[in-house]
Amino acid sequence: MFGILSGLTFLPLIGVVILLMLRGDDDATLLNIRWVTLITTLVVFAVSLVAWGRFDTSVAGFQMVESRSWFSDKILFKFGVDGISIPFVLLTTFLMPFCIGASWTSITVRVRDYMIAFLVLESLMIGVFTALDLMLFYLFFEAGLIPMFLIIGIWGGKRRIYASFKFFLYTLLGSVLMLLAIMAMYWTAGTTDIEVLLKTAFPAAMQKYLWLAFFASFAVKMPMWPVHTWLPDAHVEAPTAGSVILAGILLKMGGYGFLRFSLPMFPDASHYFAPLVFTLSVVAIIYTSLVALVQEDIKKLIAYSSVAHMGFVTMGLFAMNAQGVQGAVYQMISHGLVAGALFLCVGIIYDRMHTREIAAYGGLVNRMPNYAVVMLIFTMANVGLPGTSGFVGEFMTLIGTFKANSSVAFFATTGVILSSTYALYLYRRVFFGVLDKPNLMSLADLDLREVVILVPLVVLTIYYGVHPQPILDASAASIAELIKGYDAALQGVKTAALAVH
Amino acid sequence: MISPIFALAPVLPETILGLGALVLLLLGAYKGETLSWLISEFAIALLGAALVVVALRSDSVSLDFSGSFIDDAFGRYMKILALGGAAVALLLSVDFMKREKFATFEYPVLVLLSTLGMLLMVSAHDLIALYLGLELSSLALYVIAAIQRDNVKATEAGLKYFVLGALSSGMLLYGASLLYGFSGTVSFVGIAKAIDGHASIGVIFGLVFLIAGLAFKISAVPFHMWTPDVYEGAPTPVTAFFASAPKMAAMAMCVRVILTAFPGIATQWQQIIGFLALLSMVLGAFAAIGQTNIKRLMAYSSIGHMGFALLGLMAGTANGVQGVVIYMTIYLVMTLGTFAAIISMRRNGQMVETIADLSGLSKTNGKMAFFLAMMMFSLAGIPPLAGFFAKFYVFAAAIEAHFYVLAVIGVLSSVVGAYYYLRIVKVMYFDESKGAFDVPNWASDLVLVLAGVFVLGFWVYPGPLVTAAMAAAKSLF
Repeated sequence: MFGILSGLTFLPLIGVVILLMLRGDDDATLLNIRWVTLITTLVVFAVSLVAWGRFDTSVAGFQMVESRSWFSDKILFKFGVDGISIPFVLLTTFLMPFCIGASWTSITVRVRDYMIAFLVLESLMIGVFTALDLMLFYLFFEAGLIPMFLIIGIWGGKRRIYASFKFFLYTLLGSVLMLLAIMAMYWTAGTTDIEVLLKTAFPAAMQKYLWLAFFASFAVKMPMWPVHTWLPDAHVEAPTAGSVILAGILLKMGGYGFLRFSLPMFPDASHYFAPLVFTLSVVAIIYTSLVALVQEDIKKLIAYSSVAHMGFVTMGLFAMNAQGVQGAVYQMISHGLVAGALFLCVGIIYDRMHTREIAAYGGLVNRMPNYAVVMLIFTMANVGLPGTSGFVGEFMTLIGTFKANSSVAFFATTGVILSSTYALYLYRRVFFGVLDKPNLMSLADLDLREVVILVPLVVLTIYYGVHPQPILDASAASIAELIKGYDAALQGVKTAALAVH
Repeated sequence: MISPIFALAPVLPETILGLGALVLLLLGAYKGETLSWLISEFAIALLGAALVVVALRSDSVSLDFSGSFIDDAFGRYMKILALGGAAVALLLSVDFMKREKFATFEYPVLVLLSTLGMLLMVSAHDLIALYLGLELSSLALYVIAAIQRDNVKATEAGLKYFVLGALSSGMLLYGASLLYGFSGTVSFVGIAKAIDGHASIGVIFGLVFLIAGLAFKISAVPFHMWTPDVYEGAPTPVTAFFASAPKMAAMAMCVRVILTAFPGIATQWQQIIGFLALLSMVLGAFAAIGQTNIKRLMAYSSIGHMGFALLGLMAGTANGVQGVVIYMTIYLVMTLGTFAAIISMRRNGQMVETIADLSGLSKTNGKMAFFLAMMMFSLAGIPPLAGFFAKFYVFAAAIEAHFYVLAVIGVLSSVVGAYYYLRIVKVMYFDESKGAFDVPNWASDLVLVLAGVFVLGFWVYPGPLVTAAMAAAKSLF
């Protein structure tokens, strides 16, 4: 009865149970706690690779489906993946061991609680991408707030309390409206089974309200301008691993939500509201890039750049053609790797210097040459240099958007220039120049642990830059099906309109 | 012809409580204060026995005492909640009474009598039985509020509760007499027949007064003024009792009288209930923000939660009643769990009650902090905790009945409410410690842990509760 996906979702909780059984506070126990967590996340990653191995990329529908009745036989305990969700599952399980590795030495207080919070969070994040019931999806989607709230609030920086409350309340405010929409869909379709809902045609007038309610939630999560302001605060205050998870996975839930719900379930409304999304995306791309330019905090700068990159994602999604949507998925995966890696890099110098002020650095290339190289690769990937994974997604979303609306693509392209401006400007101020600050003189370059963490990310960033096929292939069939359904629905509306005339 | 003794079978739980209370009163009068702890234990046993009797009754519906007393699935379900709430609240008070050296044997006896009144309220099927049950329970509650008679705050709370409660009883009685006058009967079914879709102005007035009286008992805005003062003034285990059992019975009575006596004029009472729900949700959310005393905060929180539950009643459907029943069940568990934690807030032998006293609890008592935090997230309605599903069912019922605006205002006020629940988590987890609490008593520890396990694990196996709630709701239609 229990398939691989529910196993994958709840596997991290077994690690939690083991952690609870480890007693004591001495150094040996702390080390055990770290190892148990790391091994758990590695096992989860291995299991997700098994799931990936069983996944058939030629099938458009859901695979490895398992279903049980839950609250009733209308509200199900149902799991399954398709080409849209499986890349995100892998992204989650892949990033998690890096988060644990990054917290190895920097977290010294309440280590056990910290590791438990991360394992619970991992379980919930996998659940978001594997749930095939809307209620179950909402459960995982919202429950993630609790561990993240605690992670920011307990292990965060100076303004951690402000940031954690802002994060929690902002996200909750968006989500509760989605909850009401879920109920309305439940009464209309008689079930919260996503497979059934995908086949249900909701009345056009109702679609608009439902779309707006879902949009409220996903736009905050994404985050889109103007509801992005929680993100810089949360990023800056969160511990390194928390930022990696935020940028790498939590933001992707918004994009995943658009793909899974808004576009296929409310095609008419998506078409109707596409100009709104385009406008907000372009504003996000240009405005937040400009804001990033004047930041004095490294993490904040990367946070604003994340908002800009998510602007490309929403733009590509609502272009609603193969290039745009595939590009958006690719951009999300790539951004998960690159932004995650960038936050890990910032964490490395933060652990040494305990400041994220750009002005506190300068000339680091002299003391940390290896670190400078790694950071350069990720900065370039963030800018979207050809040959890195960042390029593929950005390019494809722009092509897709150009097909749908060329003026939007024109304005969005300026974002490419702006992103290289702020990224290179940051790089110059931190790494080049004269190494004149006395406390920087004794900085040590990357140690073995940090190298082990960063090398796989560097390899993947470049590998997916020159060979994007694996990810594109995985999602191609499902996305083609999505677009076919979308076009058919719109065609139906047009024919109906003509018939009325 | 069945013999009279079998005819009393439907009221067996009430008989157990009534006779038991009298016996315990005698025992107390003869043996005095020395035996008060034993009387508490006996009272818990009696409540437990009554609960078992209610739970074991068959699925039948029986109407007794010339149609003034009904025993149906809905009544049995709500009686179990009321009895369970009273038993746990009493369990929490045993240790408190020892530590505070206030050994009054009257307390458990009064709890028994008040619970007896609640059972009558739940089963009342005409206005007279309703009023009798309500007054029996209320009079006992007035005395319980002031049971610490040397405590100025407690006597003030008792007096306030009594004066306002008497006023609301008066309104209820006035409404009941209007209803009798204009429909010619006190029976709920009879009133429904007499109204039959078109209500005269007198009936509407009667309805308004009746609901005003009922709203006072469930502390819905604008009849909520007594709640914060009574919650704060009464000794903590008494507050735990006030927050649990009477709420269950009053809500059950509210649901039954409205749905069985006034089904024909739904548009009229939906306006009133909607108004009460709206004000309660909003005021409960905003007024709690500024509170520093945790008992006062819980009072405002309960006002808000009653608003949410009323949304389900407002829908007026079986799904809506199911929502109310699920809501009350989960709310009962969360309230008892939270109060079990509040009772454990004791430093150097003294009760402490401000939120700031919880500072850094996660470092001094990790278990208590964790479970209390789960209670707070659950009260805020965050999944996967039980409180979320409670909200889900009432909001779903409101959406089904097309009360969209009210539902939107409701969820938005639940976000505002989330702020003050989070504040408690913040104090426990993010702030520096102010020193450890005294070792908590096993009973409060147990209640907190059980409640925590319930709210955390509810989503794993929700089937039985949802089915039972649906069966209870169906019996009203």
